[in-house]
Amino acid sequence: MSTPTAAAPSVDATARARDLLGVSRLTNAALTSWLHGLPGVDQVGCEARAAGLGTRSIKTTSKAWGIDLAISMIDLTTLEGADTPGKVRGLCAKAITPDPTDLATPRPAAICVYGDMVPTAKEALGQSGVKVAAVATAFPSGRALMPVKLADTRDAVSAGADEIDMVIDRGAFLSGDYLTVFREIAEVAEACVRTDGTRARLKVIMETGELVTYDNVRRASWLSMLAGGDFIKTSTGKVSPAATLPVTLIMLEAVRDWRDLTGEMVGVKPAGGIRTSKDALKFLVTVSEIAGDDWLDPHWFRFGASSLLNDLLLQRQRMAIGAYSGADYVTDDSPSLY
Amino acid sequence: MAKFEYAPAPESRAVVDIKPSYGLFINGEFTESQGGSAFKTISPATEEVLAEVTSASEADVDRAVAAARRAYNGAWGRMSGADRGKYLFRIARILQERAREFAVLESLDNGKPIKESRDVDVPLAAAHFFYHAGWADKLDYAGLGTNPRPHGVVGQVIPWNFPILMLAWKIAPALATGNTVVIKPAETTPLTALLFAEVVQQADLPPGVVNIITGAGATGQAIVDHPDIDKLAFTGSTGVGKMIARSIAGTRKKATLELGGKAANIVFDDAPLDQAVEGIVNGIFFNQGHVCCAGSRLLVQENIADDVEKRLKRRLETLRVGDPLDKNTDVGAINSKAQLQRIVDLTAAGEAEGAERWDNGCALPSKGFWFRPTVFTGVSQTHRIAQEEIFGPVLSVLTFRTPHEAVAKANNTPYGLSAGIWTEKGSRILWMADQLRAGVVWANTFNKFDPTSPFGGYKESGYGREGGRHGLAAYVTTGDSK
Repeated sequence: MSTPTAAAPSVDATARARDLLGVSRLTNAALTSWLHGLPGVDQVGCEARAAGLGTRSIKTTSKAWGIDLAISMIDLTTLEGADTPGKVRGLCAKAITPDPTDLATPRPAAICVYGDMVPTAKEALGQSGVKVAAVATAFPSGRALMPVKLADTRDAVSAGADEIDMVIDRGAFLSGDYLTVFREIAEVAEACVRTDGTRARLKVIMETGELVTYDNVRRASWLSMLAGGDFIKTSTGKVSPAATLPVTLIMLEAVRDWRDLTGEMVGVKPAGGIRTSKDALKFLVTVSEIAGDDWLDPHWFRFGASSLLNDLLLQRQRMAIGAYSGADYVTDDSPSLY
Repeated sequence: MAKFEYAPAPESRAVVDIKPSYGLFINGEFTESQGGSAFKTISPATEEVLAEVTSASEADVDRAVAAARRAYNGAWGRMSGADRGKYLFRIARILQERAREFAVLESLDNGKPIKESRDVDVPLAAAHFFYHAGWADKLDYAGLGTNPRPHGVVGQVIPWNFPILMLAWKIAPALATGNTVVIKPAETTPLTALLFAEVVQQADLPPGVVNIITGAGATGQAIVDHPDIDKLAFTGSTGVGKMIARSIAGTRKKATLELGGKAANIVFDDAPLDQAVEGIVNGIFFNQGHVCCAGSRLLVQENIADDVEKRLKRRLETLRVGDPLDKNTDVGAINSKAQLQRIVDLTAAGEAEGAERWDNGCALPSKGFWFRPTVFTGVSQTHRIAQEEIFGPVLSVLTFRTPHEAVAKANNTPYGLSAGIWTEKGSRILWMADQLRAGVVWANTFNKFDPTSPFGGYKESGYGREGGRHGLAAYVTTGDSK
């Protein structure tokens, strides 16, 4: 279903950006005029479109199909200061066997943890096929110097992370310093290259809740793709609002248009705030109708979530046995501490 | 093709109770016709016969007008505005309570998708009653002039494209201002109006205040010609509108006419393109294009024409055409065989005149009346498909180079009902709105309706306004009473 590892970048991001922008030197002015030349987003129209997609009625066979697909797209996440190896191992066990009453249940795509938990997760997941994603680059704020961010990234990669979820410098972005954001992403992408030449896939977290406007989300999406991100991701989960449907819609339009321009596909990951099966199905409808069915694949679309998995499992059980079971009929490996 | 197939999600028909046959709603009750005949109303999606309805005779019209006159001279005419408002509020609430029933029946009889009847037609119909209920006791302060008072008996003839919504647009202001009503729904879509008769009974409206009679053109003409009608309100084709204007010329009858359109939806190169594409789709494929203010002419700036065309076609491939009762249907059935034939004829003319035809290639049901969402490119002003109202899911794409050229092309039509402007430049929106000879100008949106906003046309799109304070004005006379 998905390719095991991303190939090393064939061209360096700056050279390709110069090519795409048609400039001899990549300056902030060149990036600005390119990003600000993208068509604007009308907020009312965008939100109306998302709401319209949210009214699609997904029933019976398509619902069953969608639930299994959504499960397989989850980056099962724990990003707490209180995380321990035991908590991470529990979550890995959940990923390997999401529903002990039905072993045909698909596994989530990945476990998403802080960098120091990568070895624990790797070991616990073994050969299950579930990947390990690590947040890096001074997650969630990104307020650290570049050497720190790169060391953070290299550390996770060398510990075996399959995927790196980095954060952009929202301060730089909002102050119009697109070149800094570009360079950071491009350098982190280089830091994702392993010693054997393969590389971890890079998800670029834009923290759309801090970018606020849809125009900013669109520009940040294009900037992230231009700089070499394999995925564009909405949020850290630490800022509200996190993954909304309209924001995800804008990002799906961006990856669709990016493919038209370059022929390359980039993944999309809404993260934070998606808790119910009903919501997940709305996102899948949006993926299908905006970007197209090519993105309906865990390689190209992910949900950053924790409680979503159990709601999907409850719905899955209901579709199998025809009645709702209850919260105690799905296992919970990340109950609240409080 | 698609990986994500949506399973059928039909809205249940069980909520509606369609009688085998219907009489005429006169003086607060259903009565048999005197000398009229019967005709069948069908579901355009399946050609299934839904019910038999009455074609009202001149004698029936006479009875209805007499009932309306009695009510006007009786309890209704003496009632305070505050009390009239209570009836309107009651009707509005009943419409909301029975919303699903109205939505399902509307989709069955008209062919429009349930998501539109459920989310647009019925809620907006209720909103019109709520809005006008509020005006009923405040007419002196509506800025209409001194001493506003009703005309008396109002004759109303409404079209088949938004049956219950057009009924609400007509009845709500008429009652709020103290008139009584004789209304005729279109012959292909009488059922929601007949269901509304039940609402009138449920609301305990005095007998004769609202009379609902069914029939075709002859019945409509009998209403228009009836000597005891004080005011006419018509929504429909420009051809019929002209006939009405001729019929009442030289009489005391007042009239408002809401007629056809050939709206330009104008997209500038600085527009929010993805939302503009949505607006184009909503402008012409909403309600199968059976919309008088439909954005049937897309005027796109030449330097982005190819890009917009590509985005538009990609979007149209995701439109779901089929069973109107399926909650995932975007485009339903064409309302009648006759309308389908008109669309077929005009699109054939478009091809013959050299425009390039494209449709989304979707599968169509084998029974019923259907037409694929269709786009013509390379259209010029001279083509019939750029001049005549098709009233179907057919978009004609034209290009322009400058704002002045866009205005000139947009205005170069005998119609003037609506227009759309897509640009991120606010000053251009204001300048364009000033230049466009259209009753409604939408900026960065399309087909948005609200009871507070007056709606109506320039030129051959008719006269008078509906909705807002302006809409009230058509239902009152002012000044010293003689």
